[in-house]
Amino acid sequence: MLLIHCPHCREDREEEEYSYSGEAHIVRPLEPEALSDQEWGDYLFFRKNPKGIHHEMWYHAVGCRRYFYATRNTLSYEILETYKVGEQPQVSAQGAAQ
Amino acid sequence: MKKYSGFSLFKNALSYHENWQKLWRSPKPKDYYDVIVVGGGGHGLATAYYLAKVHGITKVAVIEKGYLGGGNTARNTTIIRSNYLWDEAAQLYELSLKLWEGLSQELNYNVMFSQRGVLNLGHNLQDMRDIERRVNANRLNGIDGEVVTPERVKEIAPLINISKDCRYPILGASWQPRGGTARHDAVAWGYARGADALGVDLIQETEVIGIRRKNGSVVGVETTQGFIGTRKVACVTAGNSGVVAAMAGLRLPVESRPLQALVSEPVKPCLDTVVMSNAVHGYISQSDKGDLVIGAGVDGYNGYGQRGSFHVIEHTLQAICELFPAFSRVRMNRQWGGVVDTCPDACPIISKTSVDGLYFNCGWGTGGFKATPGSGYVFADTVANDHPHPLAAAFNVDRFNTGALIDEHGAAGVAH
Repeated sequence: MLLIHCPHCREDREEEEYSYSGEAHIVRPLEPEALSDQEWGDYLFFRKNPKGIHHEMWYHAVGCRRYFYATRNTLSYEILETYKVGEQPQVSAQGAAQ
Repeated sequence: MKKYSGFSLFKNALSYHENWQKLWRSPKPKDYYDVIVVGGGGHGLATAYYLAKVHGITKVAVIEKGYLGGGNTARNTTIIRSNYLWDEAAQLYELSLKLWEGLSQELNYNVMFSQRGVLNLGHNLQDMRDIERRVNANRLNGIDGEVVTPERVKEIAPLINISKDCRYPILGASWQPRGGTARHDAVAWGYARGADALGVDLIQETEVIGIRRKNGSVVGVETTQGFIGTRKVACVTAGNSGVVAAMAGLRLPVESRPLQALVSEPVKPCLDTVVMSNAVHGYISQSDKGDLVIGAGVDGYNGYGQRGSFHVIEHTLQAICELFPAFSRVRMNRQWGGVVDTCPDACPIISKTSVDGLYFNCGWGTGGFKATPGSGYVFADTVANDHPHPLAAAFNVDRFNTGALIDEHGAAGVAH
């Protein structure tokens, strides 16, 4: 059971309160009709799926009902940070930001 | 390879079973192979077996980072069925089911394939409509199946609760009598023994750490035992497929998730079929040893840890206890997790890639075990001819860019 810190509620809550929304920082293309099939397919379906540090989006479904981001290790499941949408992660696969 | 028979059993009994031949050799890797299969699970070993057996390509190595069949092959609930909705998927899984039917003879190894039938329960009107549609589609594809009433469900599995007074009453089911279970380890060992006898080198405890390319073509793999040359690399690495693809600079449309299962203490025979429920999310069968084998769902998030969240099991056991109230007192013995590579359309990827000589067979998600023979068969054909087998063509990775998805989510009783 993960204990996840919601940056909006500023509380550690159990995993069951949240739902997972996949890889973070994927920006919806501004002009979808201008994309090639290759680019549209990549946007829809292709994900990083790393073994290690992963930036991902979570939804506090039975709490504040707001989205936020988390940096989590997909092998150890350690959550290194959570941050609000619009913010940038402090930790990346290359190490902690200065 | 010495053949197994009643006579060999008798003969070896005389020497206290101490002189049985080893199942396979443990060779040192050679400098070059015609094909290198990355991943020594059921699918990888089947691929190697059919490469040697059907296509006569025997200069093949299977490279496995742990031990043979130690990943998802050993971590599933061994359910076999072919009642998928769409033609492409149904034909692939049906090829597999047909191969299962002759597999013990083919491999001279008892894979304990037991056609005890599979029930997929429906708990609401929409479930029943989907079940009728799927069974009709199956029958048009020549796959056995029927829609059965709750009373018939009760006849097939007498311990089941068909009362109308529960939270999710059973309204009916689809019934595939040819479905069933097999012994998971035996499948890997049988294919491994068969492939080894045909000259395939099975190299264990060796990890592929890089895929060397030259001018867009594969020239070999870097391993923890050094470089091995080859022109064809066939990757069958399940949950780690994304990691292996990244070695060749590729991305795959798969996400790795932990999938859990658990077994109870052994109890007397009480369930001689497989019961699956997509709606309440649980599936259960009883092994020959007597333990109830129960499958849970995937975790909600990506993960490479071979374990899963406790609340997922809790949810599954709630479903099992409602379906089978008698099982509420059975104690659970062991729980484990495997890392499955889930595809957006719940169908596998059996495909060439943009790198010449690099092939992927992955994305089987939560239901790859049943496909082991068929998957190996069509993938071996694809690798040997450098051209997709007719049944594999639709499972090309390009479908995620062309949009020709084969959406088996929910439609086939795929429990996700």
